[in-house]
Amino acid sequence: MSSIISISGVTKTYATGFKALKEINLDIERGEIFALLGPNGAGKTTLISIVCGIVNRSSGSVTVDGHDISRDYRAARSLIGLVPQELTIDAFETVWATVNYSRGLFGKPPNKAFVEKVLRDLSLWEKKDSKAITLSGGMKRRLMIAKALSHEPRVLFLDEPTAGVDVELRQDMWAMVRRLREDGVTIILTTHYIEEAEAMANRVGVINKGEIILVEGKAELMRKLGRKQMRLELRAPLAAIPDGLSRYPLELSRGGNELTYTYDNQSDRPGVASLIRDLEAAGVQFRDLDTKNSSLEEIFVSLLRQEP
Amino acid sequence: MNLRAAPNFRAVWAIYRVEMARAFRTVLQSIISPVISTSLYFVVFGSAIGSRINEIDGIAYGAFIVPGLMMLSLLTQSISNASFAIYFPKFVGSIYELLSAPVSYLEIIIAYVGGAATKSIMLGLIILATAALFVPLRIEHPFWMIAFLVLTAVTFSLFGFIIGIWAKTFEQLQLVPLLIVTPLTFLGGSFYSIHMLPGIWKTITLFNPVVYLISGFRWSFYGKADVSVGVSLGMTLVFLTICIAIVAWIFKTGYRLRN
Repeated sequence: MSSIISISGVTKTYATGFKALKEINLDIERGEIFALLGPNGAGKTTLISIVCGIVNRSSGSVTVDGHDISRDYRAARSLIGLVPQELTIDAFETVWATVNYSRGLFGKPPNKAFVEKVLRDLSLWEKKDSKAITLSGGMKRRLMIAKALSHEPRVLFLDEPTAGVDVELRQDMWAMVRRLREDGVTIILTTHYIEEAEAMANRVGVINKGEIILVEGKAELMRKLGRKQMRLELRAPLAAIPDGLSRYPLELSRGGNELTYTYDNQSDRPGVASLIRDLEAAGVQFRDLDTKNSSLEEIFVSLLRQEP
Repeated sequence: MNLRAAPNFRAVWAIYRVEMARAFRTVLQSIISPVISTSLYFVVFGSAIGSRINEIDGIAYGAFIVPGLMMLSLLTQSISNASFAIYFPKFVGSIYELLSAPVSYLEIIIAYVGGAATKSIMLGLIILATAALFVPLRIEHPFWMIAFLVLTAVTFSLFGFIIGIWAKTFEQLQLVPLLIVTPLTFLGGSFYSIHMLPGIWKTITLFNPVVYLISGFRWSFYGKADVSVGVSLGMTLVFLTICIAIVAWIFKTGYRLRN
């Protein structure tokens, strides 16, 4: 069995009648970094909260490493570390006390050396005797992560880990996520910053209006849905696209000085090489060219647009 | 509940320790202020007014009010300790950690209610020690005195826990203690024997559960009671059972916690 989390048929309807999740089926593979993408209010946090035991689901079942989250909640929950979106810490506790508290709460025996290592890894060791209230926002975020890692989880949920976080901390966090993955920890992150998913994830799931609309390996997704563009800077402006090139989807811009060719990665359209040959044949000369892949963000936006 | 999984005693201990640490961090609020207010009661009721009141049931007035005063603090402090302890993490959002931890509801209850009850019992004993400075005390039934002390502390900590879970705002958190508990305690015979009340009021008073607590507690001190001790004990246990039933229902449904 390779999936560490298995979600099947999970729904959530709030007391207000709002359907936050409609029939979610999702498997998370052991050791992967999975990015759950979706706009605000799509149901990302609700889904995570259900898996972590914070919110009761309306129906369906979830197992974590084979343990049912209701029947076997102790075994299931002790495998999971959660870093929620909001900075919610008891402000009057010291860093040291609150991280050790988290470890105890998850039933792990005290281990000062381990807690020290977690704090050092997150550059919090110097602050260990400070109260949480005195920490900066970035430090508080690190503290939330330290709490989640204090009990040596095998699965780590990062809910919008870099929302409102500065560049330096963001890079530190990405480095930490990669380190954890090398140790075999499975990581699930939600985000609406697509660059984050693009930089880190192995697989991407897109959720919208309480439904998973797609789950794909990131590379396949980019290959399948990604578009490429080649831009040619022309030596002399063209008034119109020459007849010999009509079979290519070309666009002229910047007063006829730039020619753009858009193609998807998987289509059977004639390739770049033949276009260049045909350009030469048509007597069109260019000064420079560059190509670019569409980003996950563009894919994401186009996916959401397709949704009715 | 899964019987194979071992209870998470470490979690109970972790929560309990945090709760106790808070009491010592806020020592002024949790311990010194009740001691001051109790001393004021002794000065006003015990000395100033008490000197004009004859003995009640053969007990000097100053000594007569001690069990009632202890109960007064025990009730209000148990409720405020426990309700705040669970309301605060709900309010700041840090409750996510408790809910995502491998702890059972029973363990959560034992830790929070245990912490709150411990604090109010300590407080009760401090008030007793303070009182001993003002009036001569005797405790005829120490075992029952402790039993009433613990039972009451646990029962009202549970009650406070329920309020803390129910409350959505700080105002609601204060509402029940202010509008219900304080009046019931003042009308519960802290400062008088219910035999001193005129007929109809005496009957009405018998519907006040606090009367039974104070009466039983006073009996453990002086061997004199407004109502029989068995009834006092029975009423305390009934209230405890009601609280346990409500808590069980809260946890079964996830009321205001997991919804």
